[in-house]
Amino acid sequence: MPHQDFLRRLPESDRSLRKRDRLQQRLHIDFWLLLLLLIISAGGLVVLFSASDQSMTTIKRQGIYFLIAYIAMFMVAQVPVHFMRRMAPWAYVVGVGLLIAVIFVGVGAKGAQRWLSLGGFRFQPSEFMKLAMPIAIAAYLGQRHLPPVFKHVFFTLVLVAIPVVLIIKQPDLGTSILVAASGLMVLFFAGLSWRYIFAAVAALLASLWPLWQFVLHDYQKKRVLTLLNPEADRLGAGWNIIQSKTAIGSGGVPGKGWLQGTQSHLDFLPEGHTDFIIAVLAEEFGLIGVLTLLGLYVLVVLRGLTIAIRAQESFGRLLAASLTLTFFVYVFVNVGMVSGLLPVVGVPLPLVSQGGTSIVTLMTGFGILMAIATERRKVIR
Amino acid sequence: MSEARQFKDHHREARLFFARAILAGLVIVALTALLVVRYYSLQVTHHEDYVTQSDRNRVHVLPIPPTRGLIYDRNGELLAENRASYTLSIVQERVDDLGLTLAVLGELVDISPNDIEKFNDQLRQRRRPFDAVPLRYNLTEEEIAGLAVNEFRLDGVEVHAQLVRHYTHGELFAHTIGYVGRINERELASFNEEQYQAYAGTHSIGKNGLERSYESDLLGEVGYQNVETNARGRVLRVLESGDPKPGKDLVLHLDTNLQRKAFEALEGHRGAVVAIDVKTGGVLAAVSAPSFDANLFVTGISFKDYRELNQSRDLPLFNRFLQGQYPPGSTVKPVIAMAGLHYDIVTPEYSVYDPGFYRLPNSSRLYRDWKRRGHGTKVDLKQAIAESCDTYFYDLGHNMGIDKMHAFGYQFGMGERTGVDVPNERRGIWPSRDWKRGARGQPWYPGDSLNVAIGQGDVLATPMQLGVMVATLASRGEHYKPHMVASVGGEPVAPELINQVQVEGAHWDSILEAMKEVVHGTRGTARRIGQGAEYQMAGKTGTAQVVAIAQGEEYDSEALSERNRDHALFVGFAPFDDPRIAVAVLVENAESGSGAAAPVARKVFDAWLVGEDNAQQGSD
Repeated sequence: MPHQDFLRRLPESDRSLRKRDRLQQRLHIDFWLLLLLLIISAGGLVVLFSASDQSMTTIKRQGIYFLIAYIAMFMVAQVPVHFMRRMAPWAYVVGVGLLIAVIFVGVGAKGAQRWLSLGGFRFQPSEFMKLAMPIAIAAYLGQRHLPPVFKHVFFTLVLVAIPVVLIIKQPDLGTSILVAASGLMVLFFAGLSWRYIFAAVAALLASLWPLWQFVLHDYQKKRVLTLLNPEADRLGAGWNIIQSKTAIGSGGVPGKGWLQGTQSHLDFLPEGHTDFIIAVLAEEFGLIGVLTLLGLYVLVVLRGLTIAIRAQESFGRLLAASLTLTFFVYVFVNVGMVSGLLPVVGVPLPLVSQGGTSIVTLMTGFGILMAIATERRKVIR
Repeated sequence: MSEARQFKDHHREARLFFARAILAGLVIVALTALLVVRYYSLQVTHHEDYVTQSDRNRVHVLPIPPTRGLIYDRNGELLAENRASYTLSIVQERVDDLGLTLAVLGELVDISPNDIEKFNDQLRQRRRPFDAVPLRYNLTEEEIAGLAVNEFRLDGVEVHAQLVRHYTHGELFAHTIGYVGRINERELASFNEEQYQAYAGTHSIGKNGLERSYESDLLGEVGYQNVETNARGRVLRVLESGDPKPGKDLVLHLDTNLQRKAFEALEGHRGAVVAIDVKTGGVLAAVSAPSFDANLFVTGISFKDYRELNQSRDLPLFNRFLQGQYPPGSTVKPVIAMAGLHYDIVTPEYSVYDPGFYRLPNSSRLYRDWKRRGHGTKVDLKQAIAESCDTYFYDLGHNMGIDKMHAFGYQFGMGERTGVDVPNERRGIWPSRDWKRGARGQPWYPGDSLNVAIGQGDVLATPMQLGVMVATLASRGEHYKPHMVASVGGEPVAPELINQVQVEGAHWDSILEAMKEVVHGTRGTARRIGQGAEYQMAGKTGTAQVVAIAQGEEYDSEALSERNRDHALFVGFAPFDDPRIAVAVLVENAESGSGAAAPVARKVFDAWLVGEDNAQQGSD
């Protein structure tokens, strides 16, 4: 589009704008995305301080995770996009290899075997897969003619299914859903025909019964049943949902005030500092707090989509869009499950819940987004 | 493959992607809106419900039990107090493994199987969640120290001071004051919502005696504390509180010294003593012997102790002065004689011949006098009472008839509950035609009147009734309701005059003089107790037949087993000129009213009227 290129090069209209852009370009940073992430991280620390019963230890540890995560993001942002595309098959193979390794030499906790232990350092391969999956699928489909033909769709589904099955086996339903989503999201953005999509939805609905009957573990079924009727098991599985709804509902519009939430501070709300942290936010900052946080998340997602749309190449586009949408799935599943809208699956609230792994993974993803964002302008010049 | 297909169509792909991205954006907005609707519903639409739920979660109302009112005797001596006692309790909800905790506790404190049994009983009862259930009372200092050191491994175990009722004279007042005990399941079930609130935090309730009849005064009003608790029930802070109102103190008419003297006088016997203030109806002493230690019941009596008390042949748990119904025997004769004067059946000068028996006209049946050879030719009213001549009263009873006897005796409280302020009183029997038709389905026979006239046959009375009867005689007809409590929370309880017996003054003189003759006359049946007294008294002995003696047979105490021997009775008052104290004494199976019961009364009179006690009483 020569016309557009011409407009962009107009010296008067974009000289001042270019100055910041050039800095962003050199540092491979997307200013708006960084700003939003910093606001969410800071707000997250404020909520976590309350949710952890004002534990400075927790805040310091979370701060260190953020530091590591931001450094990781910054470093990943420097990696050229075409290099990522070249490394994609290897990332996928290594990821699947690690997942297989988990089955044989993995270490577990609470009945799940999810970790690899490397000299005292614990590492969760499924986390790595959250990034490796969209990169691999984007690289695969990005080189094909789009929209993909049946053969490519089929191959993509196989690529998605292998690690997802391995993760379900661990068992880790929440992560497997997210990994699957990150891969399927690429397929969707690649222009998967609506015929396939409707067929898939129909197949999914058809497979619900066998899924329920043969695949889901008892505890997973219980979660779904609990969602439908939390009162049935008030002190058991229903407790979390009842208490988190009570926390959210009693917060009202303005909230009870920072550090004033009784549900969380009096230990009624379990896991208030991890998966259920939005209940603490909702109780203490009310609907205003919830809307603010959701607003920030939506802005992050819209910025991510903008970056994807602006990306010049299919690979970058698909990857950026997939990462962005996966991020939204995180938000939606967590915020939905805590409020009793969705079954409880172990999904943390992005950048707010306590825990280093999820933050580092997420920020690495945003690093990739920034690399894509800044790659585009290089191409233009 | 053509060129066009080998190269990617970037524009087409971009357009396609753009459409999908916009679609994704719309889906995101829609899903976000769904979340917003969800949170709006929780935080705005159902806000109030969840606020209630949240408050119910965290705010618990802890009752603060009031201290129970104290009980003093008339001289201000403390009879029932509240003592701090250290209690070991368990909050079941906070214990992971109850069996393990009990095992650990067993090493630190002495826990009997009985303690465990009572503990388990209470666990099964209806109770509030996170309520501490007591396991052991009266911990020793060493046990408290041992528990403190091991606190870290005893989650849910609590030691706290509790006020526990203590009776300073456990045995002396067991049947009057009664005792408190743990609220049992039946009582709990019978509570209405108001009572359920009033007893929140309180573990004891009056089970017997004054503790029971004045329960509502003694209890006090429960206080409360609104506390914030966490999910495990731990109290974090007090939000609001209201002080409990202590129960009202009771001051009794009873006198500890008098009570003790009466109790000691019965030593070795089963029996009862009731002493009544003639001028007010206040009960000065009420004894049932043998007795038991009321303190045993306060925190729950052990099975062994209870079995011992319950199975004892001497029935220490039985309240003889209020529930024991005995034939009053000759003690009713003054009232019968008074009725004779009142209805002009006899005059003081009227006399009968007593050959040792009485025979109804046209009947061959002999009604015996207790004295085999009789009391002589001219037995008048005074002699009949002083010597307790049965024949005189057979004659009087026959001439007067049951209707008048019944009506007159009724005015003295016979056959009716006295209404004393201690529960579970029995009414005795003061027979009438109606009563007999109702109870026996038989008409009244003339012979029945003869039995009533000497206090035998169907006549039954409690010692309390006899005390009221003699007090009414002593006060020349003022029939007061007897009461033990003189004041409640500083408010005096006014004497309650039930009835004023309307009889000519001269009749009173005759009867009371005759009663004086019983004690001070040369042939009076109780003349031995009149010796050496600093004051004059009046009275009447009685011997109540326990086993009916067949016609033609004679009473042979040796042949009868000890438990079938006659009961000894005495009623009396003193001083004669200005009666202040009326006494009724019953000694079971002691055979002779004069030999066994009258001396007890003398000791009670002495204790009340002579020496120190007199001075004390005067200063009252």
